[in-house]
Amino acid sequence: MSTIAENIQGNAQLDAWLDHKLDELLPKKLVDIDASRQPSMSIIATKGTLDWAYPPFILASTAAALGWQVDIFFTFYGLLLLKKDIDAEVSPLGNPAMPMKMPFGPKWFQDFEWPMPNLLMAGVPGFEKVATGLMKKTFRSKGVASIEELRGLCLEADVNMIACQMTVDVFGFQPGEFIDEVTDFVGATTFLPVAKKSDVCLFI
Amino acid sequence: MTAIAQKLDARGLNCPLPILKTRKAINQINSGEIVEVTSSDPGSVKDMVSFCEQTGNHLVSSNEADNGFVFLIEKA
Repeated sequence: MSTIAENIQGNAQLDAWLDHKLDELLPKKLVDIDASRQPSMSIIATKGTLDWAYPPFILASTAAALGWQVDIFFTFYGLLLLKKDIDAEVSPLGNPAMPMKMPFGPKWFQDFEWPMPNLLMAGVPGFEKVATGLMKKTFRSKGVASIEELRGLCLEADVNMIACQMTVDVFGFQPGEFIDEVTDFVGATTFLPVAKKSDVCLFI
Repeated sequence: MTAIAQKLDARGLNCPLPILKTRKAINQINSGEIVEVTSSDPGSVKDMVSFCEQTGNHLVSSNEADNGFVFLIEKA
């Protein structure tokens, strides 16, 4: 009988010792584990206009420069950003906060914000071409990379670009229309487990 | 002090290009060597601190000079 009692007492002491030891060692161990693992980011890119093409590629290329693993799932209009020739344009229509400024001329002219009525944006043929040209020129003059350049930098840094198979079917695209680096044509079922494990997950 | 192994002129470039070019420059040098980055983007002052923290490289100095912001980064 006495041996059982001794065992119980011994176990209780062992538990207390273990608790104490874990409290002492675990915080440092967790910090070490966190420091040694590679952070990751998953982006769901859903928009194909010029203005919305920037955020996924800027964030992805920057994260890759920080040494993070990056996966981007291109779905719906976002899929257009994977085409060999990106012909993304920007529409000021339905973009009420978009400032309309001229990228040339004297400073007072450049600083002037043009009041553009929706009627003009909606009704004048070629207005989107003009707006697209102005945005590209402004971005270039401010030293911002082009979409093609940013996408190239992402690919160079091994950002994984995944295409949504359903969207490819719906819009009738051919796999040959996309850049060669796109090898995965999959569904949400394949992408979600990747997103689940990532530290940062963004829907753009 | 260790000599500067590479100089990068990122003036006129905007976010995130200065960081992306810095990453490339660091990839080209050896551990312990230093890259000097000059940038005109005011955002790069804080971005460079964060970049070095995240990548484990050492930001030796960060100064504002007449020709822009000058950073010395030692590769880990």
